[in-house]
Amino acid sequence: MAKPAVLTHPESLKRPAGPSEYAKNPVNASLSKADKIALYTKMARIRHFEQRCIRIYQQGKIGGFLHLYVGQEAVAAGTISLLGKHDHIITGYRDHGHGLMVGMGMNECMAELTGRVTGCSQGKGGSMHYFAPDKNYWGGHGIVGGQAPLGTGLAYAVKYMGLKGSCLVYMGDGAVNQGAVHEAYNLASLWDLPVIFVVENNGYSMGTSQERSTAHPGCLAKRAEGYNMAWDVINGHDVYEVRAKTAIALKRAHEESKPTVLEIFTYRYFGHSMADPDKTYRDKEEIKEYREKKDPVLAFEQELLGEKVLTPELSQKINEAAMAEADKAAIFADESPDPTVADITKHIYWEEDNRGPKTTSRGTIIFE
Amino acid sequence: MAVISYREALRAAMREELKRDDKVVIMGEEVAQFNGAYKVTEGLLKEFGPKRIVDTPISEAGFIGLGIGASMLGIRPVMELMFWSFSYVAFDQIVNNAGNIRYMSGGLINCPIVIRGPANGGTNVGATHSHTPEAILASHPGIKVVCPATPYDAKGLMKAAIRDNDPVYVMENTILYNDKGEVPDEDYIVPLGVADVKRVGTDLTIVAHGRAVITSLKAAEILEKEHGVSVEVVDLRSIRPLDEETILASVRKTHRALLVEENKPFCGVDAQVAYLIQSKAFDELDAPIHRVSSIDAPQIYCKRMEDLQMPNVERVVAEALKVLA
Repeated sequence: MAKPAVLTHPESLKRPAGPSEYAKNPVNASLSKADKIALYTKMARIRHFEQRCIRIYQQGKIGGFLHLYVGQEAVAAGTISLLGKHDHIITGYRDHGHGLMVGMGMNECMAELTGRVTGCSQGKGGSMHYFAPDKNYWGGHGIVGGQAPLGTGLAYAVKYMGLKGSCLVYMGDGAVNQGAVHEAYNLASLWDLPVIFVVENNGYSMGTSQERSTAHPGCLAKRAEGYNMAWDVINGHDVYEVRAKTAIALKRAHEESKPTVLEIFTYRYFGHSMADPDKTYRDKEEIKEYREKKDPVLAFEQELLGEKVLTPELSQKINEAAMAEADKAAIFADESPDPTVADITKHIYWEEDNRGPKTTSRGTIIFE
Repeated sequence: MAVISYREALRAAMREELKRDDKVVIMGEEVAQFNGAYKVTEGLLKEFGPKRIVDTPISEAGFIGLGIGASMLGIRPVMELMFWSFSYVAFDQIVNNAGNIRYMSGGLINCPIVIRGPANGGTNVGATHSHTPEAILASHPGIKVVCPATPYDAKGLMKAAIRDNDPVYVMENTILYNDKGEVPDEDYIVPLGVADVKRVGTDLTIVAHGRAVITSLKAAEILEKEHGVSVEVVDLRSIRPLDEETILASVRKTHRALLVEENKPFCGVDAQVAYLIQSKAFDELDAPIHRVSSIDAPQIYCKRMEDLQMPNVERVVAEALKVLA
């Protein structure tokens, strides 16, 4: 049997030189000049936040794992920029970009990385576990694919309450082989739940390329057909295309309460995590190629320069402001206090944090 | 006060909570149309309809995870596992997600979910269907575990579990489903973390939970009639939270302790209880603490041997006499 062609980034999705063919799509054409600048600013903020994290990691101030989103910005930016009041999101451990997109502050995000009490999870979650439920952001999950059933449940809750909303469940290409993801696919389709499964396909599940990890019928999204679900593939280097195609899935969720699988082709410039020396499984030339020819932030900058929405001066100002914001966040994280020993045993149980005559628990629940 | 079965008590608790709170949903394999694999949810579909009583595919990681996700947005799912043994394929959801999310979010999120179902051996079904994971699960901070032994406790603990804002895992017992007992007609709950002295005595404390309580009560009768020994039986009811004070008060009175559970001995619930007693009531003890657990092997299929593998009245009486010697 012939070896199946490697279809990580199908030819059809390679972006032609020049303006995005999705610029005139209604969801993009309807954006005001200010909306477009705001979207670009958010992408630039993710880029500069992540790059600032590298320095702090190298200074030894961030423990454990640090999975960077550099190169993938258009995925979070494009999808999340479409969401409304009853739309929720949940993701895996490469979760900083999504957090900044929903409106989390750089300070709380940076302080979480350095384990400070001022972090978004008070230093209890770390890089992989950002949460902002007030902004419909339900994490930040460390186990590959484990968030898929949770996100399906969020969509179930939205539907149960009779709300016109959805849940976007992000995962990497490595997650598609996890059982929990397949079980979530089945339930979402079986029960007509308003879920959008977003496979952020950056080509590598840690150090294992897609062709070494995954049997598939041409692309990963097509597996949706086995569950009678709609699917689409998207060039994740073009934020306009991400928005245009995600909007269709979102409409399907809102109007028909039906799920979709979206596979968004993207690329990460750094290792799986900062602990990954990134030398064994891909060429430096490959990274260079993506950086130079397909960078989503640069591509959108070019797009907006072409549209005369941005000027080089304004772009420079936006980037400098994002860098300055990241610098300030790094100082904030440095100067913030650690949680205390007493804090270790807080936030384990709601009933303990709120124990009183009306709560349901008595007895010993934290043991010596 | 009505006399109803353990099964009916569980069903009554769910019925009352379904009526009280429209966010309560019953979900699991065969809970609706089939009326429950063990008939605990019988009639609920007819009364509450398919939005509230939901049949799931055989997909524990998927539907348990879905319930946990829904609970984060304020739904209060009561999920049935046909057997707690099946929780092992949903372990990541049950432990990593439900148990950790409040902590990892710095208290921003909570999971008001109940997962319930039978967790017992003794039914001649072999090792894969006979697990008793209360100790395994209770060893994770963030999780609560209760093990009712009587209809009264089954109803009261189930209602408390449904109203609780944390993940509560209710471990039932198929052998107890037909046991009958008095249950009040009016609304009540049994708070989590309150043990119950099921029999008052002065010479020996037996600490037990789940069906081991029933076994211990029978043993206590024999010990009194045939050996003239007055035995106090403390039913833990709740594993985490744990009512340490009731255990210690009983040991301070009797000065001798026998711990009985249907778990295997290694890292069982009673390992923790034994540590508690020696740590906080060492000087009160007139004899070493003894334990009766299941014989340390995967659950055997052969029924005659399984009855011997698990704590039975004879083994409890024999071990009690050793503590009293």
